[in-house]
Amino acid sequence: MMDGRDSVRYRTFTRRTAILSAGTTGLFALLTGRIFQLSVLQREQFAMMAEDNRINLQLLAPRRGRIYDRFGVELAKTAQNFRLLLIPERTRNPKAALERVAQIVPLSPQRIARVLKDIARSKPFNPVLVTEGMTWDDFSKINLSALEFPGFEPDVGELRSYPFGPWLSHVLGYVAGPTDHDVEEEPELLSLPGFRIGRSGVERAADRELRGKPGASHNEVDAHGRVIRELARTQGTPGKDAVLSLDMEVQKLAQEKLAGQSGSVVVMDVNTGELISIVSAPGYDPNAFTTTVTPAIWRQLNVDPLKPLLNKAITGMYPPGSTFKPVVALAALESGRMDPSTRVHCSGSVSLGNHVFHCWRKGGHGSMDMHLAIKNSCDVYFYECARRTGIDAIAAVGHKFGLGQAYGLEIPGEKKGLMPDPEWKQRARKDIWRDGDTYNVGIGQGAVLTTPLQLCVMCARLANGGKAVIPHVIKSYDGVNYVRPVPGDLGFNPEHVAVVHSGMDAVTNQGGTGARSKLAVEGFDMAGKTGTAQVRRLTAELRGRSADSIPWEFRDHALFIAFAPVINPRYAISVVVEHGGGGSRTAAPIAKDIMTLVGQRDPVRQKLFIPPSRTADSTPASGTGSHAT
Amino acid sequence: MPLNEQFASGGRELRVAGKLRALNWSIVIIVTIISCIGFALLYSVAGGSFEPWAGRQIVRFGIGLVILLAVAMVHLRTWYQLAYPIYGVSLMLLVAVELMGRMGKGAERWIDIGPLQLQPSELMKIALLLALSRFLHGVLLDDVSRPSRLFPALLLILLPAGLVLMQPNLGTATILIVGGCGLIFLAGLSWKIIVPVIAVGLAVIPLGWEFALKDYQKQRVQTFLDPDSDPLGAGYNITQSKIALGSGGVFGKGFGQGTQSRLNFLPEKQTDFIFTVLGEEFGLFGLIILMGLYLLLLMQGVNIAMETRSQFGRLVAMGVCLNFLLYILINTSMSMGLIPVVGIPLPLVSYGGTALMTVLMGFGLLLSVQIHRGIEIPRTA
Repeated sequence: MMDGRDSVRYRTFTRRTAILSAGTTGLFALLTGRIFQLSVLQREQFAMMAEDNRINLQLLAPRRGRIYDRFGVELAKTAQNFRLLLIPERTRNPKAALERVAQIVPLSPQRIARVLKDIARSKPFNPVLVTEGMTWDDFSKINLSALEFPGFEPDVGELRSYPFGPWLSHVLGYVAGPTDHDVEEEPELLSLPGFRIGRSGVERAADRELRGKPGASHNEVDAHGRVIRELARTQGTPGKDAVLSLDMEVQKLAQEKLAGQSGSVVVMDVNTGELISIVSAPGYDPNAFTTTVTPAIWRQLNVDPLKPLLNKAITGMYPPGSTFKPVVALAALESGRMDPSTRVHCSGSVSLGNHVFHCWRKGGHGSMDMHLAIKNSCDVYFYECARRTGIDAIAAVGHKFGLGQAYGLEIPGEKKGLMPDPEWKQRARKDIWRDGDTYNVGIGQGAVLTTPLQLCVMCARLANGGKAVIPHVIKSYDGVNYVRPVPGDLGFNPEHVAVVHSGMDAVTNQGGTGARSKLAVEGFDMAGKTGTAQVRRLTAELRGRSADSIPWEFRDHALFIAFAPVINPRYAISVVVEHGGGGSRTAAPIAKDIMTLVGQRDPVRQKLFIPPSRTADSTPASGTGSHAT
Repeated sequence: MPLNEQFASGGRELRVAGKLRALNWSIVIIVTIISCIGFALLYSVAGGSFEPWAGRQIVRFGIGLVILLAVAMVHLRTWYQLAYPIYGVSLMLLVAVELMGRMGKGAERWIDIGPLQLQPSELMKIALLLALSRFLHGVLLDDVSRPSRLFPALLLILLPAGLVLMQPNLGTATILIVGGCGLIFLAGLSWKIIVPVIAVGLAVIPLGWEFALKDYQKQRVQTFLDPDSDPLGAGYNITQSKIALGSGGVFGKGFGQGTQSRLNFLPEKQTDFIFTVLGEEFGLFGLIILMGLYLLLLMQGVNIAMETRSQFGRLVAMGVCLNFLLYILINTSMSMGLIPVVGIPLPLVSYGGTALMTVLMGFGLLLSVQIHRGIEIPRTA
């Protein structure tokens, strides 16, 4: 029986239980509301976050496009490099582990011994290369069983290599890791570990074409980032294969001819502007730049007096010297101030005010017409020629020949050179133009500055009768020809052009200044013009001394321009040998040998390369350093 | 007279068979169903395997069920008599833990007895409930609010709560204090005391923040208030739990399909965050069913308390319910990001032996009260 006091207590207890129960019900309602809020109202957001957690998008680096020469010689290769790395500290018994791995991928006992030696030498957290260049099958196998082998990391790298090394360094450039600034352009792809982009040369200019579009692998990953399985994969587009207009054989020969010298050779198709060869010697090995350049190599390249890092073919600026005379001659004819038969007497020098302008030939040439003056490179004739024509007319023709401008070649870094005129002198030197300046321009000295590329373009435009060809090195991407505009006509009188041609023909073929460099190829003769560019104003003392007796750095630059064949020219060449002495002695023979080879390898005799249709070979690969454990 | 004649058989001692017949089996059945949900989830989070959790948990539940029935068979009067001794032993064990307890997850909570690990703080939940119920049983309604009665009651609570807090185990201490105060409230503490205490309590919270909480406890609170401030660090648990729950949607991702738990984004998925696993795999639907089962169990408990003749029995029954409720509230609120992360398991579902034993012993006590609801216990025995 319950006593009275207890029944009061019971009523209180009941009331308070009811209060608690109500509170509990309220709390349960609150919790249910929260569940509803999370899993119904905010479901979309959380579902997306869960997917973000779960799915890891891994970009797959596209294969970089290959680069070929015009006959299909591979100039820049890209290979997938399937590697297996081992992080020593993550495996307990490396020897036993390696032996187990050897059952999956081929590993010779010697190789295992080597790896163990490397492990002993390296720090425990640094990856040691176990094997590389694995087949795709082996690589897949090791990937599948990666979890059984802690510490082993399959890794895919891309290997860009330049089989011709220094012979093409200035044309191709090289690839290297992007700078922070580069990365902004395509952040996801460019920040892949080990991804490289073109840093100079064609590699840089054609980078977007060669790079390709990345694919992606959608992986399910756990909280530690370990890939559980691949959910989907989108294929990327490999970079386009580029075919250059270069002929590697010509390129090689030009390099060999310039061996030990500092200089340039540019060979061009005068009708299309395709460069057959563009060489700056000496070169450097671009393969050393794709990884890390050692300070030793870097220092050596920088202190070398022959300046191997400079691409002299497009950045070296030289006075054109006598190679400029054909331009002056054509300007004179076009201006009507002189005709081909106008004669000028050369006594070896001419006075202007109180200054004496010398001819290179001390005794003088006697009476010269235009043909003879070009053949013999008579300075006095061209002083007079320039004086009569006037600087403005010469500069105008010089500009038409492409001087003083860059062409947008697919090799970055072109220098513009200088085609001086009174306006320029006023602007740059704050001085008026004098007749003496015109005299100097008449023989390609003074302020005139040209690059070897410009010399070649100048010669090509002269050779093709005044078509404004633009130089380029890229022929096609993935077999699709790069369509170039038809070169415009510069409007020269063909008869005038013929006079200059005949003078240049005489230089090599009729006992002129380049007579020793006459071609021996049947039906392929060469017309040229020698040039010698003064490095410094010669003192009377040094004038006339043989080149060998002057210190190397004071010797004149040797220049030569030429086109071949004489009738319906197809190729133009420019050769510059720094401090080479005279053009006829040093530069012309090089041009002769190269032009001979060019003639032999003319596409009329040899079929051009058309690359095979591209296979969709974006192999399942990510950037170097990524792995699929 | 609210108790009718059918419960008046109190004086007569029942035999075991009779007690088993009188037992409220629906409680045992609901407890088993909830536990089975737990087994399924443990099987799922192990990637579809009884190893390492589900199998062991089933065995423990089997043992626990036997203990539950054994506890239920013991006469309520015996529990009344044993209340203080059990409390004393538990308190001594707590002190022992404090003296020679070994470190586990930053909290000294375990004591080794041969192959078994004993958690005195868990045992204390039962012990406090018994001791406090016995003490309040002997106090008249008018005396509950008197300092001479109130202070010993508070001492009963604060002594073990203080020791547990020193371990430090904020979750268990909270359950001890709130559960204990709940019993005093049910025993009829005057509103004149309750209202000012709550007011002062609210004012004291900032001081407690400054002096009573350890650094890791403060950090839990801070990350709770702003989980996004450190989503990969201390806020990670809360953020990932909410993602898992929310992404489950109405019907969940399906059994064994919870990516958050399977891929280990969800920490402590088999213990503290198992509620989240249920939400991810079975969605709103699964969570509501579980909450419904819990509510059903609590209602049964309240019914038993209402039908019990002795104040001791009523308080024990409600104490068991309160403890159980606090487990549920704290764990689910934490999983849903409503309160800071506190290491409190979801009762009957989370993996872990000691908490399961405590909860099952609690239901054993509840059923002991239910079987012996009709008996009388003198106020001064």
